[in-house]
Amino acid sequence: MSRKKQISKFRYNIYAILSVVVFLILWQLIVSLGYGGIIPSPVVVFRTFLIKMTDSRPDGSTLPTNILVSLQVACTGLFLAIAIGVPLGWLMGWYKGIDRFVRPIFEFIRPIPPISWIPLTIIWFGIGLGAKSMIVFFASFVPCLINAYTGIKETNKTMINVARTFGASNFKVFTSVAIPSAMPLTFTGIRIALNSAWSTLVAAELLAANAGVGYMINMGRSFGRVDIILVGMVSIGIMGYIFSYVFKKIESVVVKWRTV
Amino acid sequence: MDKKLRLRINEISKSYKLKKKDYHKVIDSLSLDIFDNEFLVILGPGHCGKTVLLNIIAGLETPDVGFVELDGVKIDGPNPDMGMVFQKTGVFPWLTVMENVELGPRFKGEAKSERRERAQKYINLVGLQGFESHRPPQLSGGMKQRVGIARAYTNNPEILIMDEPFGALDAQTRYSMEEEISNIWSIEKRTVIFVTNNIEEALALGDRIVLLTECPARVKEIYEVNMPRPRDLMSEEFLLLRQKISENTDLSIDSEV
Repeated sequence: MSRKKQISKFRYNIYAILSVVVFLILWQLIVSLGYGGIIPSPVVVFRTFLIKMTDSRPDGSTLPTNILVSLQVACTGLFLAIAIGVPLGWLMGWYKGIDRFVRPIFEFIRPIPPISWIPLTIIWFGIGLGAKSMIVFFASFVPCLINAYTGIKETNKTMINVARTFGASNFKVFTSVAIPSAMPLTFTGIRIALNSAWSTLVAAELLAANAGVGYMINMGRSFGRVDIILVGMVSIGIMGYIFSYVFKKIESVVVKWRTV
Repeated sequence: MDKKLRLRINEISKSYKLKKKDYHKVIDSLSLDIFDNEFLVILGPGHCGKTVLLNIIAGLETPDVGFVELDGVKIDGPNPDMGMVFQKTGVFPWLTVMENVELGPRFKGEAKSERRERAQKYINLVGLQGFESHRPPQLSGGMKQRVGIARAYTNNPEILIMDEPFGALDAQTRYSMEEEISNIWSIEKRTVIFVTNNIEEALALGDRIVLLTECPARVKEIYEVNMPRPRDLMSEEFLLLRQKISENTDLSIDSEV
């Protein structure tokens, strides 16, 4: 990296840190001046955060335990959605027969909001990992499938013809032309899925859970502990950020041809 | 001159359905013989049937009527004997230059060292040495088209089909590419079918020029070009022939968008 580039990168990092610092100072100022209402100051929230690392009151689990429970649910649901949704989307995009067969069911399930699955899954699976993973799965399955499907559909016709003139079979064209060219859109789908996974996860935990970050937030409300609510919200924000960062890194490795 | 017939296009027609019972005829009983090792240029105005004709020759599409024969065998699907360089560069962006060029033999399951060696030969021939590990987004339009040409040659096709390969290039690059393709053809003799809508390009490259009619495409006239290569684009002979073809061409040649 050139020196000039390094300096500008450093400068943008400074901007990013400044924005967070300014936000925290404003928050503290508003609370200190008495305009905060029930909102606790960032210092209080940070203290609660530290205490919550080891203290299981008031909701019954420490913050790391809650985060772990939520992560487990999110990862299970998301993993299943990717593992089923992406290949199915690819196959539907390439093979008309599969498309015709799956589409009616898919189009029927698609408009049902993931959250409306919650009551059914509670009755079905109780309030454990299974139920919530199911809900996360439903929320993230749809964007995974649609984007994988569209990626295949948008495969450049010339590239398909190139492979065909080289004598490639239909399956070979699918695996060596259509799937690689569908990769960027597939990853876009996974990133959208990531977002909907988090939002439905928290909604599910608000309604049906005995641990997890969403559950902790809900308990914070029951006990009138706004600091607990804020700790929960900030944790979700940070986890979501880390998740999309990790996926972006994976994406830049898998589809590096697109970013050069 | 003793010419050996390679490709026989016999009375082919092709229509596309637009709406109910409304057909658009793009090729109308077109017949053409193509001989061994000749550089044949198909010159046609605007948007009429040229790409479709090439796709039929390559086996990517089937004619409604008529047939195409290669060495007496009817073509009924894409086959590696026909190499194609496409109008829009069909270079795979996720593969390096080398991986793109060796694609044909790789699909056939040829050993890596063997196909690499051959790919390298054609990479050098089109002047891309040093760019083997580059990816297409780093290449210019002219370089991408070179990748396409090297890729078609590496697959050792009997017939090389080029569909307006230089159409998207700027004038300067186009001239130098025309010169190079002419050179490559003299080094690596092969039957080439080259489509263009540019009279000058046709005259610079072709042994024979097949002028097509407006829609639907038929053979209007065939010109023999007996000028030495590389051709002098300013010689009297060149300009006279150019004028002759130009006068015989439908006006809509300029209407291509």
